[in-house]
Amino acid sequence: MLSRIRALIIKELLAMLRDKKSRFVLIVPPLVQLFVFSFAATQEAKNQTLAVLNLDQGRPALSLVQQFAAAATFSRVLHLNSAAEVPPVIEEQKAIAVLWIPANFSRNIESGQPAQASLLLDGRKTNTAGIVQGYAQRIMDDFQAGLAGGMRAEGARLVVRNWFNPNLDFRWYTVPSLVCILTTLISLLVTGLSVAREREMGTFDQLLVSPLHPLEILVGKAVPALIIAMAEGTFMVLAAVLLMRVPLNGSLPLLYASMAVFLLAIIGVGLFISSLSMTQQQAILGAFVFLVPAVILSGFSSPIENMPPWLQTITLGNPLRYFMTIVRGIFLKDITAALVWQLTWPMAVIAAVTLSTATWLFKKRME
Amino acid sequence: MNGRLRRLKALIRKEFVQVVRDPSSLLIAFVLPMILLFLFGYGVSLDAKRIRIGVALQDSGEEAAALAAAFLASPYFEARISRDARMLEADLLAGRSRGLVVIASDFSRRLHQAGPAPVQIIADGSETNTANYVQNYAQGVLSTWASLQRLKQGTAGQAGPRLVPRIWFNPELESRDSLVPGAIAIIMAIIGTLLTAMVVSREWERGTMEALMATPVGIAEVIIGKLIPYFLLGMIAMLGSVAIAVFLFQVPFRGSLAALLLTSVAFLLAALGQGLLISTAAKNQFVAAQIAMVTGFLPAFLLSGFIFEIASMPLPIRGLTHIIPARYLVTNLQTLFLVGDVWPLLLPNILILLGLAVVLFFVTARKTSKRLR
Amino acid sequence: MEQAPATIQGLSYRFGPNQPPALAELTAVIRAGAVTGLVGPDGAGKTTLIRLLAGLLLPGSGAISIFGLDTRSETTRLHRIIGYMPQKFGLYEDLSVMQNLRLYADLQGVTGSVRQQVFARLLAFTGLEPFQSRLAGRLSGGMKQKLGLACALIRKPRLLLLDEPSVGVDPVSRRELWRMVQELVNGEMAVIWSTAYLDEAEQCDEVLLLSEGRLIFAGPPRELTKRVSGRCFQIRNIAGNRRRVLANAVQRPEVQDGIVQGENVRIVLRAGAGRPELATLAAGAEARLVPVAPRFEDAFVDILGGGPGGTSVLAAAMTQVADAGPITVEAQGLTKRFGDFTAARDISFAIRRGEIFGLLGPNGAGKSTTFKMMCGLLRPTAGTGRVVGLDLQKAPGQARSRLGYMAQKFSLYGDLSARQNLEFFSGVYGLSGARQKETVTRMIDIFNLGPHLQVAARELPLGFKQRLALSCAVMHEPAVLFLDEPTSGVDPLTRREFWTHINGLVERGVTVLVTTHFMDEAEYCDRIALIYRGRLIATGSPDELKGSTANAQLPDPTLEDAFIELLRQWDNRNREEAA
Repeated sequence: MLSRIRALIIKELLAMLRDKKSRFVLIVPPLVQLFVFSFAATQEAKNQTLAVLNLDQGRPALSLVQQFAAAATFSRVLHLNSAAEVPPVIEEQKAIAVLWIPANFSRNIESGQPAQASLLLDGRKTNTAGIVQGYAQRIMDDFQAGLAGGMRAEGARLVVRNWFNPNLDFRWYTVPSLVCILTTLISLLVTGLSVAREREMGTFDQLLVSPLHPLEILVGKAVPALIIAMAEGTFMVLAAVLLMRVPLNGSLPLLYASMAVFLLAIIGVGLFISSLSMTQQQAILGAFVFLVPAVILSGFSSPIENMPPWLQTITLGNPLRYFMTIVRGIFLKDITAALVWQLTWPMAVIAAVTLSTATWLFKKRME
Repeated sequence: MNGRLRRLKALIRKEFVQVVRDPSSLLIAFVLPMILLFLFGYGVSLDAKRIRIGVALQDSGEEAAALAAAFLASPYFEARISRDARMLEADLLAGRSRGLVVIASDFSRRLHQAGPAPVQIIADGSETNTANYVQNYAQGVLSTWASLQRLKQGTAGQAGPRLVPRIWFNPELESRDSLVPGAIAIIMAIIGTLLTAMVVSREWERGTMEALMATPVGIAEVIIGKLIPYFLLGMIAMLGSVAIAVFLFQVPFRGSLAALLLTSVAFLLAALGQGLLISTAAKNQFVAAQIAMVTGFLPAFLLSGFIFEIASMPLPIRGLTHIIPARYLVTNLQTLFLVGDVWPLLLPNILILLGLAVVLFFVTARKTSKRLR
Repeated sequence: MEQAPATIQGLSYRFGPNQPPALAELTAVIRAGAVTGLVGPDGAGKTTLIRLLAGLLLPGSGAISIFGLDTRSETTRLHRIIGYMPQKFGLYEDLSVMQNLRLYADLQGVTGSVRQQVFARLLAFTGLEPFQSRLAGRLSGGMKQKLGLACALIRKPRLLLLDEPSVGVDPVSRRELWRMVQELVNGEMAVIWSTAYLDEAEQCDEVLLLSEGRLIFAGPPRELTKRVSGRCFQIRNIAGNRRRVLANAVQRPEVQDGIVQGENVRIVLRAGAGRPELATLAAGAEARLVPVAPRFEDAFVDILGGGPGGTSVLAAAMTQVADAGPITVEAQGLTKRFGDFTAARDISFAIRRGEIFGLLGPNGAGKSTTFKMMCGLLRPTAGTGRVVGLDLQKAPGQARSRLGYMAQKFSLYGDLSARQNLEFFSGVYGLSGARQKETVTRMIDIFNLGPHLQVAARELPLGFKQRLALSCAVMHEPAVLFLDEPTSGVDPLTRREFWTHINGLVERGVTVLVTTHFMDEAEYCDRIALIYRGRLIATGSPDELKGSTANAQLPDPTLEDAFIELLRQWDNRNREEAA
């Protein structure tokens, strides 16, 4: 039995890796994607344009504008002359925000009256607008402190520290997350297509008339996918550490152990899709219909804590959710084995479910 | 002329029958859009609200208690207050909380001594975006607490200048309102590029293209015969999605139907052009799907400004986004939904899309001929 | 002057600058009102020529003109006057019969009142009337072929191009297709018909014989057949084993080619050679050498340098099948239902060790269903199938380890090299370690695969592909070999080599169950089971079946005649019973 499975595994690996073209397709695009998207997938607010409508010629107003202009977020400042210019600037996305300083701003400050400046933000870009708003508030606080001279020192002051990622480098977050997404993509495509392709080529019957048990065929499909995806994961982890300089603080054995469990869960899904599809087109589109929601519900682009409770419950069935937490945890936080276990056993349960469902369907479809 | 029209009609009818008969194309054209809209409409949002944090209250002073209470009361946080900083640190480490506020035992004393009284906030940098929010919100809580303190001490009059933020088009910063239009863009990119690329390569694989080519059908008719059905499918999916967004998820729609149609037409032409070009390059479905995924879907998801801000990307990638049709569609759809007909913004985008479409069709036409090789 | 349907002038074509020419210096004229057969070994350039004629490929050099239209520059007008049926019939499998017809009618500009007439005529012509709303993908091979033809005929083309229309199609459908094409030709249409079936080619008015891209014969088939006249014989009244007689015969220097025909062996002598001594062939004392009429196939093999000859080195390397009982394959009351439809009903037969047993029947009659149940690909609704005494349902793994399987498309892994395929299949059948290594090496030696070991199986020449597929199927020395249309669409030379090996294996005690549409192949069988409408309607040796249908009009029917007659008789009997 072992020699039969071994033959299957070798065959599957060779079929994927033998010719240059398919090796290329497996190795290069994921690395390129990792590289490009890790730069692209940033939720920071940088290189923004700020428009300023300063109707006040006083010194405090000017220094406020200067402080805004000096902020790292704003790479360009657009000076407006009249209120009429404000709506088009925002509407046409010439600037993310308009700082509007009324004519009485300086006078009010100097006379101790409540002074107000407005910040108009573009609500289309909710995330950027939220972040810019926070930055602006901080600039205003500093401005206020500056006005008060040394006075501010007496108050409570926020001292910010970021654990695990002191400079809040966004790529430390996106790169490990992308490693998860891309390994998912690869293992899903490799397994999803494997049975459908053999069906289309006519080699599947050949396998079925051999002494191989259906279970052996499934194992023979799952193991190579696991090996390929693990290798791919290794490539990407290496690229993350060596090329993109993301620190890897945690334990590698833990990373690999949880990766294996995670991949088994995904491979189960892939085999399920594969047994269901008669053609490669169906397999590819099926993989897609799983992948897109799985990524959205993984917590990568949108925190799971913010989802409504029923949706949070659904995410409990998403293996990507656990694995992403583990990978980021191991990369940045050096999380403990106990914690990894807490996140791994649900994936093991999911793997058991997806693999046995795939086996059941596979046997059923043999008729 | 008449013959050309009749042939075209026949090809289109054939394509529709095929779409209806293949469950996988229906899945991708209708079920996946529903799932996406549903997720973005009901659940997923980018902003962090009710972030779990720990507050280590090591000081028994009145001001410290008030500060802790301020964190507890904040709508943005779900605070857990404890004396035991170590336990809260463990929470942070385990991902059970995203931030930790430490009010040290000498906080009140320092405050009374009129010295600096630092409040430490530790954010979980492994969730970078959330960490940003934690900082901002914590700053807000502290400011509110400080002004309340001043009010109590009767020093409120000395309140400094204030910044009043006003968010246009989307005052609540409801990320749903900008995500749903983005999701529609993704849906149209999938139908326009992925599905089109696959159905053309399928004809090559199954040998039907060869039979078509030996009939009087012109190559332009074959291309247009593919274009129109998937164009209509894309438009139906788009209008359906807009209807769901507006009526089910109550996303406002402030633009005109005409502008929406114009934008959609321009985008679909570019997306279909891309799909057709892929299929002329790849005559098997697997390769076509791969290319469509890498050049169509993923960029529409990641490089269109739908989730990730284009301006924040490094320069070369920003340059790359200019040739991604989804970028223009996302901007236009978000504007049409939330702002209205801002023609100075919409029109250039539509023209660029049309330009991209023309280039793609030109290249496709150059590359396709009514020959097998 | 009336222009010829096709004039080919100095035509050459290459697939790439560094590739050998697919067609070289071809010059020919295609006649109107005639069927021109396009024949040649696999890879001779038949499909390439048809695509060039259809204007789908452009000539590298030289020119083709179709009714005076140059295929280079006048493609649009060309496509109005030709009908083309590609190898896969060019049908949309997810469209119904009628939808396919309507599509092609619209594309060809057949409209108005003519249209309904054309549909009615074509549906009657092809017998597809009852199936108008069935999806093309659900049609049997023969019906697909007819629909493909109907689609190509919608506009009544002046030149009809058919690329291997009869591959995988049963003899009944093939005859009907031939009848249809004859009708068309009588209506002054020109037809070019590419085929691997030489009995079809024999009936053509003209043939073009291609070999390695060159035209080696053009003219009426009987012209070619003439070259072997007086050289064709049958060895009759063979007392011993006819397979061994054949093996002995083709080793004789005077014998050019030989095949089994039922109880007899047919041989073609080399030009100028004398008759072989029957005594050297071990054919028994009663054996006689009887001159027979030459066939086109004899001439075809002759002009291409003769059959492969020799004995099977593969069989020589095999050990005798020992541990199997006298009955190695047994079907008992096999029944398969798909919903309301009974695909196979109560089918029973028993195959002796070392017997070649053929399953014949029209497409969709239940032949494939029976075959699949016998090799364990389908679970029977009722009844049992046994291989070497093992129930396929109860001990599938054990039973399967004793059988070898080879399907029509040589289901090898195209991405893997020859050696990797061998290693894989030996591994799957449980060979490992030194034994595996030794077996693989032996196969490589036997089939001379050495120079091709690193090449991906997909890129192997067809002959090597077939050898490789066969060695993959027999490496584990199975007691039973299942062959599913093993030589469908394969040229006579490759087919002869294949059967040399099969005959050799049978001598080693291997039992063979084979399905085929190819009557020449069926002649190799010891017994044949004819399956029709889900039932087994006749069993017997090829000669018995022929004999049972002999009558006054047709005293010496071919196996194909017998096949068709048996189906007709069965239909008549059942019609009477029903009435």
